[in-house]
Amino acid sequence: MHIDKDLVAASATPLVLGILADGESYGYAIVKRVNELSGGRMQWTDGMLYPLLHRLERLGYVEASWGTSEAGRRRKHYAITQAGRETLADRQQQWSVVADALKQVWQDVQRPPAVVEGWA
Amino acid sequence: MMSTNPQLEAQIDQWRGYVQRRRAISASDIEEMEDHLREQVTDLTRTGLDDDEAFLVSVKRMGNLDEVSREFAREHSDRLWKQLVLVPEPSDGGARSWRELGVVLSLAVGAGIAVKTGVELFGDETVVMRNIGLLVLPFLAGYFVWKRKLTWRVGAALLVPFALLAVVLNVYPFDPDGSTLFLAASHSIVALWALVSVVYAGGRWRSDARRMDYVRFTGELAIYFVLIALGGGVLIGLTLGTLGLVGVDFEPVLESWILPFCVPGALIVAAWLVEAKQNVVENIAPVLTRVFTPLTIVMLLVFLGVFATTGGLLDVDRELLILMDMVLVLVLCLLLYSISARDSLAPPGLFDVLQLVLVVAALAVDAVTLSAMLTRIAEFGFSANKAAALGLNLVLLVHLAWSAWLSVGFLRGKHPFDPIERWQTRYLPAYAGWALVVVVIFPPVFAFA
Repeated sequence: MHIDKDLVAASATPLVLGILADGESYGYAIVKRVNELSGGRMQWTDGMLYPLLHRLERLGYVEASWGTSEAGRRRKHYAITQAGRETLADRQQQWSVVADALKQVWQDVQRPPAVVEGWA
Repeated sequence: MMSTNPQLEAQIDQWRGYVQRRRAISASDIEEMEDHLREQVTDLTRTGLDDDEAFLVSVKRMGNLDEVSREFAREHSDRLWKQLVLVPEPSDGGARSWRELGVVLSLAVGAGIAVKTGVELFGDETVVMRNIGLLVLPFLAGYFVWKRKLTWRVGAALLVPFALLAVVLNVYPFDPDGSTLFLAASHSIVALWALVSVVYAGGRWRSDARRMDYVRFTGELAIYFVLIALGGGVLIGLTLGTLGLVGVDFEPVLESWILPFCVPGALIVAAWLVEAKQNVVENIAPVLTRVFTPLTIVMLLVFLGVFATTGGLLDVDRELLILMDMVLVLVLCLLLYSISARDSLAPPGLFDVLQLVLVVAALAVDAVTLSAMLTRIAEFGFSANKAAALGLNLVLLVHLAWSAWLSVGFLRGKHPFDPIERWQTRYLPAYAGWALVVVVIFPPVFAFA
């Protein structure tokens, strides 16, 4: 399924922060996790994740550290900070307001509300 | 598992080379993305794709490199700054740079003609010196108007404050020997410099990133200008010496033609050089701050030690205040230029601690002198010079004190580096504001003396 670019961009920050809230991770694993969570229906442009991660780092929402992969390559790991958790909670509230409103709209136009729940 | 397929390795090498050409993507970002690419390839080959197919799919998923690189550039505008500086590739048209050189040289000559005409028309040297900024800086601004393809509206909006400064400087009934004249003339250059910043930023003067670019530009311009002046000084010295040997007096030509044309011309040319080759000096700025920060700390500690042992300041007058202003400006420059070159993602390091020590030492020295000064002023009252020096001191003090406070927070891990950087750029208009006060309000308050 193709998902609109703006929607992907808007949901990227809470998704990344949410995934990192589960424990520290690195770029490829984050993309894989997004694929799993959306059942493969959300396809990110993988390269775009890194500028986003750097922005979150600059804003102080995540912390980065260099580690090593199983194959012995250098790998950058990201962990969420306290400020990141606060932002995540904030975003979660915003999204649930949006999702609630959408749910009611979907009911009005009599479409299955299941579409929305993936975003909540 | 790391792939050992030589063909795949060659393809990844090629991809890496391709990404490396993007200035906005740094080496460590490439490493990060390469790790991603390899993981993706490994996963895809596990699902049955051969290496070639897996590589193609992985690169495709990585996305259009132009778009990714633009995203990086948006996040790291400092890298874009370095990109601006790249010597233009030959394919990029030699015509454009020739035309630019033509524009630069005509503006440089124009600035020279303006100064020379001023000298001839006014005759009086103090009148020329008072108007020097008004004569030269429009040509510098003109270069950026051309370079940034600025709209006429921005230009016209800038003409209003420019005209106001010109009127104030020339219509106020200054006492020719008074200090308000000198104060107004010197501070008008700061105000004009702030106007140039609007043109430099292409009208987007509110942007923090553009302001930081202007700070970098100012520093680099100063360095280039000094370098050009040194070179020019050598040439003048050689000419003077050689012509002196054959009995030709070169000095009248030097004073009435060469200096009025070359000094303003050098400023315009230096601005063009900075625009064209910023990164040559960009790399020197952090080196300079790294060298001079520890040395300045030593200097300040010596000051404090001497103040403490001699038990007070003997000769407390405005020269001391001006000296202190200069110390604070020096510390501010060290701070500003190391911040302008600092990677805002880097964790706090030893140098950040040193910088905090520097600022705190400067504040301590300033506090000692200020307290001595204030009692003196309370006794003998204000003069224009004292008030100007004291005002600048306070403006600097606020800037440095809040920087120190933010540094403490950063070092203790309370917030990222970003607020420190933003504070520097947000505070800059205060200097323009203070300069304007000295130009416009001081003369009438101190009766133009």
